[in-house]
Amino acid sequence: MVGLTTAFGSGAMTNSIAELEDADVLLVVGSNTTEQHPLIGRRILRAVRDKDRTLIVVDPRRIDLVEFARLHLQNYPGTDIAVINGLLHVILREGMEDVDFIQDRTEGFAELREMVMAYTPERVEEISGVSVDRLVEAAHLFGHAKRGAIVYAMGVTQHVSGTDTVLALANLAMATGNVGRRSTGVNPLRGQNNVQGACDMGCLPNVYPGYQDVEDPDVRAFFQKAWETDRLPATSGLTLCEMTDAILEGKIRWLFIMGENPVLSDPDSEHVRKALDKLDFLVVQDIFLSETAQMAHVVLPGASFAEKDGTFTSTERRVQRIRKAVEPLGMARSEWRVIGELARRMGYSRMNWKSPQEVFREIARVTPIYRGISYERLEGEGIQWPCPHETHPGTPFLHKEGFARGRGRFVPVEAVPLVEPPDEAYPMTLITGRILFHFHTGTLTRRSPTLNAQAEEAFVEINPRDAAILGVRQGQMVKLKSRRGSLRVKAHITDRIPQNMVFLPFHFAEAAANRLTLRQLDPKSKIPELKACAVRVDA
Amino acid sequence: MFREVQTVCPFCGVGCRMTLRVLGGRVEWVYPAEVGVNEGKLCIKGWCAHEFIHHPDRLARPLLREDRGKEFEVGSWDLALSRIQQSLSVVLEETGPESVAFLSSAKCTNEDNYALQKFARAVVGTPHIDHCARL
Repeated sequence: MVGLTTAFGSGAMTNSIAELEDADVLLVVGSNTTEQHPLIGRRILRAVRDKDRTLIVVDPRRIDLVEFARLHLQNYPGTDIAVINGLLHVILREGMEDVDFIQDRTEGFAELREMVMAYTPERVEEISGVSVDRLVEAAHLFGHAKRGAIVYAMGVTQHVSGTDTVLALANLAMATGNVGRRSTGVNPLRGQNNVQGACDMGCLPNVYPGYQDVEDPDVRAFFQKAWETDRLPATSGLTLCEMTDAILEGKIRWLFIMGENPVLSDPDSEHVRKALDKLDFLVVQDIFLSETAQMAHVVLPGASFAEKDGTFTSTERRVQRIRKAVEPLGMARSEWRVIGELARRMGYSRMNWKSPQEVFREIARVTPIYRGISYERLEGEGIQWPCPHETHPGTPFLHKEGFARGRGRFVPVEAVPLVEPPDEAYPMTLITGRILFHFHTGTLTRRSPTLNAQAEEAFVEINPRDAAILGVRQGQMVKLKSRRGSLRVKAHITDRIPQNMVFLPFHFAEAAANRLTLRQLDPKSKIPELKACAVRVDA
Repeated sequence: MFREVQTVCPFCGVGCRMTLRVLGGRVEWVYPAEVGVNEGKLCIKGWCAHEFIHHPDRLARPLLREDRGKEFEVGSWDLALSRIQQSLSVVLEETGPESVAFLSSAKCTNEDNYALQKFARAVVGTPHIDHCARL
């Protein structure tokens, strides 16, 4: 989000899912698309198989997409920036950049050119393990593409250098003129059904609904009037991981968690547990008694997606209706209703909504990018924001005429090493991620008999050569240990994972990957380095 | 006879459209909708999206306890909400709005999320509102 906002002025997926099929070259970085976003993965496969498009995959693991790729740039974890700068180096050296686009639409190109000079393919090979030949070939493919589209996911963002990697991708897209047209762009794939919507609604410490700056006095004055309140804070608040520290310092005493499970999803579980345990009062609303809910003073039963009306906003900025199919289970209640009731009890009368539709009307009134959207208009296929007025058709791709911030901004970014590179005591790099059959912390999918039958227990992927050195057999229990903690898990020996690395899915509470991971945050986005840390494996 | 309800998958961010088939107050089947980005297909998670809705582990009532050492007891909404309101009022009076924080959900609706940030900012007056987009 922060990366794309800095470069383009807006943090969302620039283009639409359907457009991906018509890109000549698709560059997929840090996204195991066929497992994490299968119905986008399907379109990528169709682009390659039926439409003869070119696919380049940048990923340390030999994920399924690699089978369909022209090129696999199999880099070491945490070296995406070096690879992207290397691609830019070759593109600029050989004059493949889009001179007109750079001149007419961007700023800061001279500084970028100067910086990527240092990223010769030879140096990039040394940093990332990607051979000179492959890097140069990939640069030719992307540099010559008429429509080059970049797709990325949490493999990019969950590093301390995540924001910088997104900036590097934005540099690559702008230098080759691949923004503001159909089937191009920089396209983050959101991991959860309504991450995009939660951001759009201002559930971020620095913005009101529609990405309106909380520190802008005019914006604050607008919301003061719209919401009839004199309490609005004048500054940005703390992010999720910063909140944990503030709790431990005694600064935050009272916390309300709606439908999240930070004990499993946040880095360094022990630290999160300690923090939640220190709170004076913790309220959790959820549909299951999650690991986090078990630590609460009050647990409120929430309504599932099938038990309420409302809207979700998908990764392509598409606002869509969800509809109530059954009554909430037992005494469960929709979250908007509960919060409205709590507001009434606190003496505030401007949240007495009667229906989600009434809430949505208010959202449209105060959120410029949603202004033209209504439940009536969502009866069809949904609407992609920005949709500024009632007859606006929505926006399939962003930045057509100009960037949200005026000119696109090149921000040169240097490669940075991993926070915790492997060493003698912890000689392997742990990569965390998801698998096809489960979702996030498993609260939902591990309760599905069908999905559990497919993948019932935790496992760690180990390369056959490492397994031989360690004396580990297929299916044997092994001990994974980091400086934060340790766990036991079944070994799955496969060459999907390269030597000196192991891969552990984070769905399984009994082998919770985040007992091992790091808390170090990206200084800009505050996203933790969840994707890589040093571990040792013992048979 | 079953009823059909058009909705959107609750898992990843692709936004696949699905049809829930409801029989006797239960969602018994999920089918992909013909329209939408998923073009009449779903992944295996989507096909199983109904399996957690009526799961016996679902929370059906508010749970309360005086302190963490104690067991949860089932309580009414009225009791749960007044307990929340009282504790919030005490903390606000003692240490002010900055000692209160909210975590919102990427699984809940836009309407739920809008409501929570409005409550945090307009009612409590704290700047501390975030959700798990970072994770």
